Amino acid sequence: MTTLTGNNFGDTPVVPAKPDNYLTHGKTIGSWLLTLDHKRIGIMYLVVGLLAFFIGGMLAEVIRTQLLVPQGLIFHGTGSVASSYAAYRYYNQVFTLHGIIMVFLVLIPIIPGALGNFALPLLLGAKDVAFPKLNLISFYLYVVGALLAILSTVLGAVDTGWTFYTPFSIQTESYVVVMVLGIFLVGFSSIFTGINFMVTIHKLRPPGMTWFRMPLFLWAIYSTSLIQVAATPVVGITFVLLMMERVMGIGIFNPALGGNPVLFQEFFWFYSHPAVYIMILPAMGIVSEIIPVFSRKHIFGYEFIALSSLAIALIGFLVWGHHIFVNGQSAELDAVFSFLTFVVAVPSAIKVWNWLATMYKGAIVLKTPMLYALSFIVLFTIGGLTGVVLGALSEDVVLHDTYFVVGHFHYVMMGGTLIGFIAGLHYWWPKMFGRMYNERIAQWTCVVLFIGINLTFFPQLMVGADGMPRRYASYLPMYQPYMIVSTVGAYIQLVAFLSMAGYLLHSLFRGKKAPVNPWGGGSLEWETSSPPPHDNFETTPSVGDPYDYTDMVFDPVTNGYVRTEPQQVPVAAPQAH
Amino acid sequence: MAEALAITPTEEQVAREHLAHHFDTPQQQFDAGNLGMWMFLATEMLLFSGLFCAYAVFRAMHPEIFKYAGRYLDPISGLINALVLLTSGLTMALAVRFAQTGKRFALSLCLALTMLGGVAFLAIHAKEYFDNGQAKLLWGTHYAPSVGPNGKPVAPVTGLVPPVAKPKPVASAGWTRLDALGKAGFVVSHSDILPAPAGPAGVATAQKQTAPENPFQPANVQIFFGIYFLMTGLHSLHVIIGIIVIGWMLIRSLKGEFGPGYYAPVVYVGMYWGVVDMVWMFLFPLLYLIH
Repeated sequence: MTTLTGNNFGDTPVVPAKPDNYLTHGKTIGSWLLTLDHKRIGIMYLVVGLLAFFIGGMLAEVIRTQLLVPQGLIFHGTGSVASSYAAYRYYNQVFTLHGIIMVFLVLIPIIPGALGNFALPLLLGAKDVAFPKLNLISFYLYVVGALLAILSTVLGAVDTGWTFYTPFSIQTESYVVVMVLGIFLVGFSSIFTGINFMVTIHKLRPPGMTWFRMPLFLWAIYSTSLIQVAATPVVGITFVLLMMERVMGIGIFNPALGGNPVLFQEFFWFYSHPAVYIMILPAMGIVSEIIPVFSRKHIFGYEFIALSSLAIALIGFLVWGHHIFVNGQSAELDAVFSFLTFVVAVPSAIKVWNWLATMYKGAIVLKTPMLYALSFIVLFTIGGLTGVVLGALSEDVVLHDTYFVVGHFHYVMMGGTLIGFIAGLHYWWPKMFGRMYNERIAQWTCVVLFIGINLTFFPQLMVGADGMPRRYASYLPMYQPYMIVSTVGAYIQLVAFLSMAGYLLHSLFRGKKAPVNPWGGGSLEWETSSPPPHDNFETTPSVGDPYDYTDMVFDPVTNGYVRTEPQQVPVAAPQAH
Repeated sequence: MAEALAITPTEEQVAREHLAHHFDTPQQQFDAGNLGMWMFLATEMLLFSGLFCAYAVFRAMHPEIFKYAGRYLDPISGLINALVLLTSGLTMALAVRFAQTGKRFALSLCLALTMLGGVAFLAIHAKEYFDNGQAKLLWGTHYAPSVGPNGKPVAPVTGLVPPVAKPKPVASAGWTRLDALGKAGFVVSHSDILPAPAGPAGVATAQKQTAPENPFQPANVQIFFGIYFLMTGLHSLHVIIGIIVIGWMLIRSLKGEFGPGYYAPVVYVGMYWGVVDMVWMFLFPLLYLIH
């Protein structure tokens, strides 16, 4: 099979001054854009995802700035009611775009797309994912979807909120069809990535790596992919129906034609609640990788962490009704969904306890990835517990559509998924680019970001409990103190992210060369050079226990860790696939 | 088949030739593709099941529409299409078999017959679409048949209004700006919420029936045809994609690429075609046989 990544045929191979790696393997732009190498596709996902994150983040800053004063600082009328209405519509567009970009273009694809693509075959000791061409197609579907989202914004930005609830989404003047088509394509990108990863994990595990000897990140990615494959088609057809609702007047979601708008919500959340686990599960997998490495201690309760990922994926399919508690669902259904919502919290708690038990009596090293992993535990726990609060029926009646909900899911999405992603980015950065970042600045940035996140979102929980509704462009003056603190927190986050961008870019060009194993990790990706060669491994690595650090020592010459003896692990008989 | 002149590569060599660099054995590669295809087909089923679910809910809410409008469709044409697709499913399955046994001519013939079946299905379906268009049995505001399902005249549909003008924000006197409230408190007498929902394709209101031959024409009959065109349209799109990939298989088969050593793509396409067939076996009774 020919790959498109190699040198052009006319080139005479020159003796390389330094060993070839995947970044230097092929230098043309085409060798990147048409690459079938999972590592390069991962880097491309990273670039596009971070770009989307920048746009979404800037929109968040606009939202927070608007809410500094009760009548709105940026969008407000000139006195007449009509002018207020027109101005506040811009605000609706801003928070809608913020939500759509962050959910569909950042949180869902970025960990599987960027870190998953880069790390999954390396963790498996494989040469690539099962379907490299499909992988590239996934990436371009994602890009085209993102471009369509931009196009719809240019034509007439959507103002429905990221949930596209009918009948407003049928009736609004904005370009819902183009936006929804873009998300439909991004959804198929997600499906193909999920199929690819599941097949890779099933079929490309090396001999000796049984299911229960896989690194936990792979379990997390596997569970994520399961949701992507099983839930995304449903939202795909929902969005097709929504588009046709606008184009053909199908009527299924339109009460004026005898349709049922709550049916849209059922369909939408049947995907979009599991989608929350698409976002959080890979982040949990990253934390499961980082905690034992930086505690210098074997992971505690491996099987429980592994199976709890699967449990979250499966139970996560059965809780969507908790978004519809107050929208006309029967009391019996409410009770069932509320109970299942409590149940899905259990596997998450199992994970948290196992992480804590792993750290117990460990030799904890507070390097940047570990700091982010610890931040994850704190922030995710707050987000998770407020979720349990919302899952309780009587409380949800009061808190529904308030800022409490906004605070809750930002704790999970930002404090969970995004912090998990940043932890993974810092953990695998040396492997990705072969450079170290400035550890001291990175540690302080983490602290600042942690403070910023709490300052932003904790007041939102409080103001929501006080009754402030979400998505309002203006508010009663009594809420202003909370809103000011929240906005200051958002600015602090901006400072932290600018700092992060600064030191990461600096490390790309001026960073110290990374050793093979800078953190002392035990999984297979730390056995190949940093950055890895085009084919991932010079020699096929031997599979051992990924969380065994007993014979690992720090080597001051290379500034990395080495094993004193090759791992002694009984290699199981090759598995029957 | 005698290809004895050149040195014929063994099955094993052919299989190795098609082995991608990241797989160890041809069997592993085949299994990976097989699993991936099954998962993809599962997502296809989920995609259609969303539509079936929407159909079920809508029919449960408005059984009278389905009972009435379903009689417009010709079950014979649907049945012929079902038979055509089933036959093409048989030829596709035979094609897979011939690929595995290395019968190249039979393989190409069966692939061509399968394509022919797909094209015939589309042709019959296009005729049906055309007839529906002539009779104005269409979606949304385009629905304006002059006769009922029993062939007798029907009252012209008057309730359908054309797409409403773009809704404009209405400045109403009762709406008071928050910062101008002062001590009056938060009073909203009526809101600026836009007028009642109106789809771009129009709103139907209940109609008075005047034609005695068809006294039971329910309101919003046009939504049946919206669903009909959406479901059959999505299915036809899958048929078109199927014809294209089978055509691709046919070209590769004519080049002699397939044989006992390498036949995986034919198997995968066969699986896909099976799903396309199966979806029609559900669509046919749900749309054509409900009265």
